[in-house]
Amino acid sequence: MTEPVLSVRDLVVEIPTRHGLLKPVDGVSYDIARGEILGVVGESGAGKSMTGNAVIGLLDRPARIGEGEIYLNGTRIDNLSLHELRRYRGKQIGMVFQDPLTSLNPLLPIGDQLTETIQEHLGVSNSEAHNRAVAALDEVGIPAAKERIGSYPHEFSGGMRQRVVIALALCAEPSLVIADEPTTALDVSVQAQIIALLKRLCRERGMAVMLVTHDMGVIAETADRVAVMYAGKLAELGPVREVIGAPRHPYTDGLMGSTPLASKGKKRLHQIPGNMPRLGQLPTGCAFHPRCPYTQPKCKEDPGPRLKTCDGRAACWFPLDEPQATKGVA
Amino acid sequence: MLAYIIRRVFQSLLVLLVVGLVAFSMFRFVGDPIDNMLGQERTQADIDRLRTTLGLDQPFVVQYAKFLGNAAQGNFGVSYRQGRPVATIIAERAPATLELALVSGSLALVVGIGLGVFTAIRQGGIASNVIMTTSLIGVSLPTFLIGILLIYIFSVSLGWLPSFGRGDTVQLGGWSTGFLTSSGLKALILPSITLGLYQMTLIMRLVRSEMLEVLRQDYIRFARARGLRERSVNFRHALKNTMVPVITVVGLQLGAIIAFAIITETVFQWPGVGLLFINAIQFVDIPVMAAYLMLISVMFVGINLIVDLLYFAIDPRLRIDGRHA
Amino acid sequence: MSDISEPTRLAKAWDSDFAYKFRTSPVAMVSSAVTLLLVLAAVFAPLIAPLDPFNPASLNLMNGFTPPATPNQFTGDEFLLGTDDQGRDVYSTILYGMRISLFVGFAAVAFAMVLGITLGLVAGYVGGWTETIIMRIADVQLTFPSILVAMLITGVAKGFTPVEYRDSMAIIVLIVAIGLSDWVQFARVVRGSTLVEKNKEYVQAAKLIGRSPFTIMLKHILPNVLSPVLVIATISLALAIIAEATLSFLGVGAPPTQPSLGTLIRIGQGYLYSGEWWILFFPAVTLLALALAVNLLGDWLRDALNPKLR
Repeated sequence: MTEPVLSVRDLVVEIPTRHGLLKPVDGVSYDIARGEILGVVGESGAGKSMTGNAVIGLLDRPARIGEGEIYLNGTRIDNLSLHELRRYRGKQIGMVFQDPLTSLNPLLPIGDQLTETIQEHLGVSNSEAHNRAVAALDEVGIPAAKERIGSYPHEFSGGMRQRVVIALALCAEPSLVIADEPTTALDVSVQAQIIALLKRLCRERGMAVMLVTHDMGVIAETADRVAVMYAGKLAELGPVREVIGAPRHPYTDGLMGSTPLASKGKKRLHQIPGNMPRLGQLPTGCAFHPRCPYTQPKCKEDPGPRLKTCDGRAACWFPLDEPQATKGVA
Repeated sequence: MLAYIIRRVFQSLLVLLVVGLVAFSMFRFVGDPIDNMLGQERTQADIDRLRTTLGLDQPFVVQYAKFLGNAAQGNFGVSYRQGRPVATIIAERAPATLELALVSGSLALVVGIGLGVFTAIRQGGIASNVIMTTSLIGVSLPTFLIGILLIYIFSVSLGWLPSFGRGDTVQLGGWSTGFLTSSGLKALILPSITLGLYQMTLIMRLVRSEMLEVLRQDYIRFARARGLRERSVNFRHALKNTMVPVITVVGLQLGAIIAFAIITETVFQWPGVGLLFINAIQFVDIPVMAAYLMLISVMFVGINLIVDLLYFAIDPRLRIDGRHA
Repeated sequence: MSDISEPTRLAKAWDSDFAYKFRTSPVAMVSSAVTLLLVLAAVFAPLIAPLDPFNPASLNLMNGFTPPATPNQFTGDEFLLGTDDQGRDVYSTILYGMRISLFVGFAAVAFAMVLGITLGLVAGYVGGWTETIIMRIADVQLTFPSILVAMLITGVAKGFTPVEYRDSMAIIVLIVAIGLSDWVQFARVVRGSTLVEKNKEYVQAAKLIGRSPFTIMLKHILPNVLSPVLVIATISLALAIIAEATLSFLGVGAPPTQPSLGTLIRIGQGYLYSGEWWILFFPAVTLLALALAVNLLGDWLRDALNPKLR
């Protein structure tokens, strides 16, 4: 079996505060293989973006990696100095941010932003960098790339800007792309195009993609596997069809219920009661137990089991078995 | 864009008209010009004659228009105290103030921006913290105390630099410059540091806070995520964006230097316009006060206009309508 | 406030984030302590000062130029911080001078605050032409350094005051001049907040039941703008103290008959060369401590109340 592109082991991100150590990411492990799209879902505050930022080393102080290891193509990168890490950023790990309106420097033409990135990592001549910049814009579907290369970000529409952002993230041909809510800030009509673009580029280049989103619909369409996060922990991890078709963690099951999936033909939407607990106020035992319809005494005392491996399994003491469990809820 | 500039010019003129009105009202209503110009022994005939000569018998609007017309031609009347035309007095004094302002302005700009960027990039470092704390003392220190302190150290104790005056000056046409003699240059050092220090700390603190704000932006994170060098992130991406909001304030601060020169000139007995103005206040020499007010307003308004135009040069977003028009 | 609720309320205040920040910030503690100390010293100056420097009976010209903490060569009198040319005790003149400085400072800020809040409220609430005029004046004034505005107002006021009243009016002129030069910040904050509150339902409701929405708004706006106004006021106080000292130093502020710290420094500057450094030094250090403490306090307040600014 080939080595995964990204391998995260027992990752803990911690924030020291006046009230003690908070752990927005608490013991998360997963792999992403070449050409694979891993969707990471969860409510806001579940730690999904934090995980992506930890991988590329862009955690905002005072947040920091507390424990765990991160491997990129077999090399450990979580303990690198900032200077060493910089060589990986852009070159091996591309990142796409949520809001294309704010991700681009408003005062520099997009061509300049592309060529500086290309030259930084590939060390090619000016004219070669220019050619590659045009090619990169072409590839993400910017019409008339040659003429548009001198334009400023504000001269593009939101969807076009996100294409530029993707071109920037991919122009040095990284093996891993972290896309942090890449469609959330876009019009619904544009979202599908951007997702299709990401999917196409991943297939063509054989990149590993970590797609962070709170949108189950996007995951269902795009991802190969899905990681569901709740309160900093992995709740469930597995092939997208299995997780969506037969969720084994009650939280995933609830999440499915909250997502309108026409194809599933559900009668009505049901919501998970309550809210995700704040980091400082995590309950004892399994963090989900106050909202879980199947809570047992054990759930209130023992923290949920940690997900270690990457086959479809839920971090739950009493995972739902087969599709009939879903019926039991409704 | 053209429409915008025209509108700004129009607004500036409006401001000048209002300031002119203030200056004129001072001129007309504060104290009695007749009292000020005629001595104790005066007859009603003298008073009437002067009233007609000065045009004080005409309607307010006419007087105001005349005042503006005269001011536009550089005619601000005669100083009550010196009995000479205000324009002449100011022309004699202007080079001293302008040279001082030029040196301290450059000092404040270069050092202020440099330190601001440094403290922003090295936020939390020891050097930055020391600079920031010192700068707070700099802001709290009244300008005149800085001047006195410098005089005490470098003139009284060490005897290195002169404590007052401009030193030797050279006459170039109508301009007397201190740049060409060594005593003139030496005399410039202490006053220009005194004058520039406050603006320098302000510019530094502003550049720092704006830069910290910019460094938090998504596009900076994105630039980092693309693996650009810190130097490129800081200077190519952050600094330029920092300068957009900073330019206004820096422009105004440079204008303020001329105004703050009043204090420095008093401390160092620097024979400039500021010293002239403070003496005018002490002796209620209204024509000089009015002229100073008008001049400094013209300057401020001019700086404001230039600042607005600079925005267009720096920020492409503002050029949209210009480009597609 | 009952006796029972008092401790819990105190305990709550002690436990709040604000109090926590205060307790853990040496800068905040030291600067507020220094400010408090100086304000108290100024308030109780007549009780603390060994001599009344403005009572001619207590002065002895022979005591002139006595260095600090050394007996005078003629009279043998000793003064902690020395004496000036007239034989006045420098320590006492500083205490009395600080009274003037602080009085002008507080009064000018209070004046600016009342004026700014009123104009801001009117501008925000009435809108239209009134707002345009008020805010345009504010904009124009903001382009001029406030010390210059204060100087001009002083000059004009002097022109209006007959010569024989100029000295006695000087303090009031100072307060008005500094206050007028500093209202803009307050007005801007209050106007912004008013614009937000104006369209809320309770104001509409107040209008319907015929109550003056103006007073109701004031009640709702003041709590909202309390922390920015507090920050602006503290920083303004430091600026006002410096402005007063500057004007007095330039000879257009407090007169020699009622010297503030700035006037004392102006007087002392003349003796710098002849070696009587203490006449200038001690007032200067006092002014510095005062301005610095208030400034640091204001700076800290701004950071503590607006975490976003850090």
